[in-house]
Amino acid sequence: MTSKSDREDIGARLSFDRSVSGRRAVDTPEWDGPRAEPLPEGLTRGGLRLPELSQGQLVRYYTALSHLNFGVDSGTYPLGSCTMKYNPKVNDEVAGLPGFAGVHPLAPEVEVQGTLEVLFELQEMLGAITGLPAVSLAPAAGAQGELAGMLMVKKVLQERGEGERRRVIVPDSAHGTNPASAAMVGFTVTEIPSGPGGSMDPAALERELDDTVAALMVTLPNTLGLWERDIERVVRLVHDNGSYVYGDGANLNPLLGRIRFGDLGFDVVHLNLHKTFSTPHGGGGPGAGPVCATPELAAYLPAPVIVPAAVDDEVRFRLARPTSSIGRLQQFHGNIGVLLRAYAYIRTLGLDGLRATSGAAVLNANYLRSLLEEHYALPYPGTVMHEAVFSGARQRRKHGVRTYDIAKRLIDYGFHPPTVYFPLIVEEALMIEPTETEAREDIEAFAATMAAIAEEAAQDPDVLHNAPHTAPISRLDEATAARRPELRWWPGEQAREE
Amino acid sequence: MTDDPGGAPTPYIPNTGADQAIMLERLGLERVEQLFDQLPAQYRDPEIELPRRLSEAELVGAMRRRAAANRDGDRPSFLGAGAYRRFVPAVVQHLVSRSEFVTSYTPYQPEISQGTLQAAFEYQSVVCELTGMDVSNTGMYDAASATAEACLLAARVTKRQAVAVLEPLHPHTLEVIRAYGAGSDLRVDVVTSAAELSEEHACLVAQQPDFLGRIRDVEPLARAAHDAGALCVVAADPFALGVLRAPGDAGADIVTGEGRDLAGPLNFGGPSLGLFAARNHFLRQMPGRIVGRTKELHGADGREPRTGYVLTLQAREQFIRRSRATSNFSTGQALVALAFTIAVQALGPVGLRCSAELCYQRAHHAAARIDALPGFTVRDTGPWFQEFLVAGPLPPEELSLRLAERGIQAGLDVSGRPEPETDGALLFCVTEATPDEHIDALVQALSDISEGRHA
Repeated sequence: MTSKSDREDIGARLSFDRSVSGRRAVDTPEWDGPRAEPLPEGLTRGGLRLPELSQGQLVRYYTALSHLNFGVDSGTYPLGSCTMKYNPKVNDEVAGLPGFAGVHPLAPEVEVQGTLEVLFELQEMLGAITGLPAVSLAPAAGAQGELAGMLMVKKVLQERGEGERRRVIVPDSAHGTNPASAAMVGFTVTEIPSGPGGSMDPAALERELDDTVAALMVTLPNTLGLWERDIERVVRLVHDNGSYVYGDGANLNPLLGRIRFGDLGFDVVHLNLHKTFSTPHGGGGPGAGPVCATPELAAYLPAPVIVPAAVDDEVRFRLARPTSSIGRLQQFHGNIGVLLRAYAYIRTLGLDGLRATSGAAVLNANYLRSLLEEHYALPYPGTVMHEAVFSGARQRRKHGVRTYDIAKRLIDYGFHPPTVYFPLIVEEALMIEPTETEAREDIEAFAATMAAIAEEAAQDPDVLHNAPHTAPISRLDEATAARRPELRWWPGEQAREE
Repeated sequence: MTDDPGGAPTPYIPNTGADQAIMLERLGLERVEQLFDQLPAQYRDPEIELPRRLSEAELVGAMRRRAAANRDGDRPSFLGAGAYRRFVPAVVQHLVSRSEFVTSYTPYQPEISQGTLQAAFEYQSVVCELTGMDVSNTGMYDAASATAEACLLAARVTKRQAVAVLEPLHPHTLEVIRAYGAGSDLRVDVVTSAAELSEEHACLVAQQPDFLGRIRDVEPLARAAHDAGALCVVAADPFALGVLRAPGDAGADIVTGEGRDLAGPLNFGGPSLGLFAARNHFLRQMPGRIVGRTKELHGADGREPRTGYVLTLQAREQFIRRSRATSNFSTGQALVALAFTIAVQALGPVGLRCSAELCYQRAHHAAARIDALPGFTVRDTGPWFQEFLVAGPLPPEELSLRLAERGIQAGLDVSGRPEPETDGALLFCVTEATPDEHIDALVQALSDISEGRHA
């Protein structure tokens, strides 16, 4: 493919720089009725600097930008902990039906029964899948779900008269959002080290438990892709201490239909519908981060929740505010378009399809693990769940090649790199999650490429140091970007002053 | 579903029974279930009640039925109150449907994410131009949560534990500020005048136009905030900024706003898009992702280094700073931000101003026609943009019902609010996208109602 990027430095010319005064991409109607009194001068603006392009020019510019992107539809995207599975197209189609798309968020409930029915059913299905029947779909993303869950814990503790519990325990393998969410709620965070096998160490947990502990935040499976070996004991210890167990459901994919957070004793979890439930990630959202909780915590869920209406025939579902709700986290009801897609996904799979999904995801991850084991160090050997975390430490020590270089070299071979340098407890981490939507031959091709790169690291490390060679752009100067931030377009004169 | 027991289990899973057998053999296993043996046996494979699985065709039917259970969003509606029907150019949906944009993750690998990154830089530039601010992040969940994050920022930089929110503010925005504020035990004081600000307040939050549709003069508010050593946070409708003075020019320190309406259909309120822009001074305290412009380290094949874009200033963020991050923000609303950017740029400087002007004229003309009806008054409380208070011969609730009988969605009932002008009033909204026939139908219906004619 010869894209425009082969010919020009597209990044140097923004739409603003391509602007020619007098061009336009769309006609807007003129007002031809009687004119209202103009606004007082102090309230109105002067000029507005926006690009002026013809419609075709605008379309070409953004089409050219799209060519610079790599998505799941472009190829294998094994970004660990992000569950970059294929996004079924019918889900986009049904979510965009005009009947759903056109409704106003403050429309009377009687006018939005179709949307409310879907949302109610989705709450029920997520409750059934997690074993935590009290569900709010309101949070817009995983991090907002975490914030909701932590606010719920804070509020229930306050109502129990235990507001002095202000400490949250987080394993050192946790996603950064966990400690950040706990801190946003005013909790202090205690990190505990993982045990030698990669699971949480119950003894380390026990040492920290006292009457200042509000909750434990735990990711299951953890970010090493491992099942938490002692999870039952961990839950018991936390509950015996009068604290809550918060589950980060980012890695739910391998558990679908296999085991439920509720059965294991978790009190509240958030899910990432844009991971497990296949809604497209859009280059950074919109996602959705529903919270699922025990009946005990139902009253604290963020508003709104959808409830069946008791009497009225015409209104079967209503928006409700739980009695002790932590309140609203958004102006309206959540990322509805995303919720519709996740609903469609679950309906087209059913329980059998969900079990097949977790089975195929775990098989793919283990197959990949077994193919790569001889080429890269695997600090925590054995059966993994949805992902395997390798280490590039050997390549670094022997050949001076870093995980960063390996990731960049993968781009040359047409793969999106895995998650790198996370979790923090693995040196030179390569966190690889194939998901269930990659075929056996895709996984073999990825593994063969990784093996070839390991070989290149030994033979010709500079090929890796300078990678990627075939991408639209080569390595960028990130240090200067942070040191001398250039964060917006300025007109010519001002740009030079900057 | 296939009848072949060895076929692929779903259309989204490529591996057949034969593939699985090969893979399992390499692992020394016989069945996939063995991979789950480490899970506690007593909880394994629970009975889960889910509705029966649907084929693609059945799904489409089931979803069509549900969509049809919503009342038609195209009929006359005068609801606004934070969500406005806008004209969205056709190029927007076309371009944001490109799967390279739709199916990519957060751009952690800039070499193969320049599309998302350069578009985000365009977005930041557009938001700065509209708001009169120096820096913007790549967008947040919605206007209300962005405003709440602005309050948290203000509390951090001023080291103060209270914020003042100026009524009339959207009641849901107030709720979101309270919910976010509860985390850090932030006190939220509701004020009706900037004169109530004190040195305890980290910021003053004002909505532009305010919840009842009136246009604020931001300058004296900003001055009052600064006199108290507080920040001025303005939650502005970016579309209205096509004609209104940029809050930054009037002294605001942080500007938030809702981008959903220009990006596409209302979708029952979401996906939404929270604008968040600030003065340069607060850059390193900002929540969310920020994209910066840079150059290649080395020009490939001897050419000059090209320009590229990266996520930057990440030392603020959760995945590096963990519990000391400026926010827990991670996945945001990138695709909505892309749609917003393309919509604003498709309209361009002339189109955006003309559309906002058209909105203003159309709304004022509709209001004048209603005000001329016997028994109806449009409350005159100063300059306004697209929303106005209507009091009629019937109590608001009843008026809404009568209009609903005629297939018309009335404005929001605001009669329970503390402001005297809301007494007995509905908040009607007319935008540039409200068709003339809808306005005619409304005027006719109101006239019929006032004269006692039945639907």
